[in-house]
Amino acid sequence: MHRIALIEQRLRAALAPQRLEVFDESAQHAGHAGAKGGGGHYAVVIVSPRFAGKSLVERHRMIYDALGDAMRREIHALSIKALTPEEL
Amino acid sequence: MNAQDRIKQQVTENNIILYMKGTPQSPQCGFSGRSVQLLEACGAKFASVNVLADQEIREGIKQYSNWPTIPQLYIKGQFIGGCDIITDLYQKGELQKLVTGAQA
Repeated sequence: MHRIALIEQRLRAALAPQRLEVFDESAQHAGHAGAKGGGGHYAVVIVSPRFAGKSLVERHRMIYDALGDAMRREIHALSIKALTPEEL
Repeated sequence: MNAQDRIKQQVTENNIILYMKGTPQSPQCGFSGRSVQLLEACGAKFASVNVLADQEIREGIKQYSNWPTIPQLYIKGQFIGGCDIITDLYQKGELQKLVTGAQA
């Protein structure tokens, strides 16, 4: 499966987002030392009521948990913006 | 000493410590570089660990806080977050307060 589709599928299943956008930023980072492992660089904007009352660290953990093993293999770096609908 | 014990010692002995790729003078990743810039913008005097130079710490730090990515910032032994969270705290003026509190 395409990586963006994989990320979207897992986040939709786990966090029921009202809004979800996933961007592939791999091209911006090609060639630097940290990118040698082969995983891509992605950015996520996600809006979900489930983030209400959660700290930033907790929100990021929810996303990392949802992505599971993909976080170690397909994804080298992930930039996250996680908001509640009220924070938009 | 195993990696977890070494990390515990590092985050205990240093009020502000950044686990990063490369060094503050020569970061090897954009996220690490931005984290350094934001800490410096707050006037932080911080220790750093180059995880690219220590494979045991590179893997161990991900387990230590159950956080899969680097950079990772610790202030007074507490895990603060990665680059996005550092950026967010900085924009809200909270990183400056954490740094000032740690250096008081």
